[in-house]
Amino acid sequence: MKFWLPVWTLWQREMIRFWREKTRVLGFVASPLIFWLVIGSGFGDLAFFYPGALTLTVMFSAVFSTMTLIEDRKEGFLLSMLVSPAPRGAMVLGKLLGSSTLAWLQALAVLAFLPFTGLEVTAPGVAATVGVLYLISFTFTALGFLIAWNMDSAQGFHAVMNLVLFPLWMVSGALFGFSSAHGWMQWVMRINPLTYATVAIRRLLAAEVEAGTPSMTVSLAVTAACGLLLWAASTAAARRKSSGGSA
Amino acid sequence: MIVSVENLTHRYGSRTALNGLSFEVAEGSVFGLLGPNGGGKSTLFRILATMMSPTEGRVSVAGYDVDRDPDEVRRHIGVVFQTQSLDKKLTVEENLRAQGHLYGLRGGNLTARVDNALTRLSLTERRGDIVDTLSGGLRRRVEIAKALLHHPRVLLMDEPSTGLDPGARRELADHIAELRDTEGVTVLITTHILDEADRCDRLLLLHEGRKVAEGSPAELKARVGGLVVALEVNDPDVMTRQIQEKFGVTPQVVGETLRLEIENGHRFVTEVVEAFPGAIQSVAFHKPTLEDVFLDETGATIS
Repeated sequence: MKFWLPVWTLWQREMIRFWREKTRVLGFVASPLIFWLVIGSGFGDLAFFYPGALTLTVMFSAVFSTMTLIEDRKEGFLLSMLVSPAPRGAMVLGKLLGSSTLAWLQALAVLAFLPFTGLEVTAPGVAATVGVLYLISFTFTALGFLIAWNMDSAQGFHAVMNLVLFPLWMVSGALFGFSSAHGWMQWVMRINPLTYATVAIRRLLAAEVEAGTPSMTVSLAVTAACGLLLWAASTAAARRKSSGGSA
Repeated sequence: MIVSVENLTHRYGSRTALNGLSFEVAEGSVFGLLGPNGGGKSTLFRILATMMSPTEGRVSVAGYDVDRDPDEVRRHIGVVFQTQSLDKKLTVEENLRAQGHLYGLRGGNLTARVDNALTRLSLTERRGDIVDTLSGGLRRRVEIAKALLHHPRVLLMDEPSTGLDPGARRELADHIAELRDTEGVTVLITTHILDEADRCDRLLLLHEGRKVAEGSPAELKARVGGLVVALEVNDPDVMTRQIQEKFGVTPQVVGETLRLEIENGHRFVTEVVEAFPGAIQSVAFHKPTLEDVFLDETGATIS
């Protein structure tokens, strides 16, 4: 059975669905911008908070875009995929690529405001940022997939996000840097996988990077490794065959 | 035999949903699984559709074991779920094309099959409509078109007429019969609706996970014999005894009603009304239905 045809069609499906929901398109761009303007203006430092707003955008939209998996299950679309001979790995990849593309586009919309931040970034720097944003998007889409696969309600999904993802983002260097963190908090930041995504973006955009911040190589390696691991875990979860469940 | 089920047992924890079930389905027939909700139909459907592994027993579809070779089975089955499985935000045609891609179909071949499926189910004019805007009957037809796209040998349908009005139900039955006649597709449906069951070539009556009867609708109804007479009476117990004494037959008490299966039903009706003036509120009789068959075999009703 061909592998890429199902991947392509599932990716395309996410694009079409997204485009037909115009309000989703608007909310996609508006909310992170407002967030950035409010926080940044409040602290009087739009430049410092810009990379954080950018990672917040890409991480959250990536995770939330997989919430459509819960809809797919509720609406039965998932069922017809599961009884088709398309490889499970292709279904997972198609969903991940589709959802991560949408989250990435949202991040790019926020990136378009770069000229207004006062940050000075070279063209290659912007190009690299675009690439790294996709890597982050894919990684967090895979995280969202893994959570959504085991959930049957959107409420449960929101609860996990609010309890886990948001606190992790707050201690990822998006709101305060390494040097301003106290002893144990620095360790929390170091074991927090989100930190590495935030650091990668901050380094690329040449915003202030404090001493003790992980290097670019480490940041990318950790983010990519997390992505691969979560992708593999998602595929494994989708391959498990049901032997019961409710009647 | 295109579908073969041998000694199938399925348990959810300590609850037994299917209990030692065996049956076979001949190619090119419409086979119905009839029974009340909770009788094990859905469990059987899920196992046949490769969504679930059976606890015990062997199930093969199109020559492949559903548990050992699910991918081969999936290539040969088309599945229509009770709940809908379309992407509501996509158009009819987009849904069909996506489905084709999942089955490795593409290019001119896919286009031809989409056109063919749309024509077959009279959906050509709706191809550009977003599914969200379609009526229930139309959606069900799109589901069937979608399930047939890869030319499956077996079409599995879970309660296909649920939520459809009588007109749409009849249309659906016609489409099913046509598929069987022109393409030789084997259709296996689960149902608790008597009309729908009556249109099947062969039926299996399922109650509490066991097979209670199997045969064509006519064969099953012939088991009941004669007419079914229902008497609504003032005192079921007294009347039961009196009918036993006078006519030598034992009625079945169903609530306030006495139910009898009588060879010479017409004569019995006049005789019983004359014999007990004033004691009978109403009399009704009908030719045996599948509900009567089920009632005889299980003491329970289907719906």
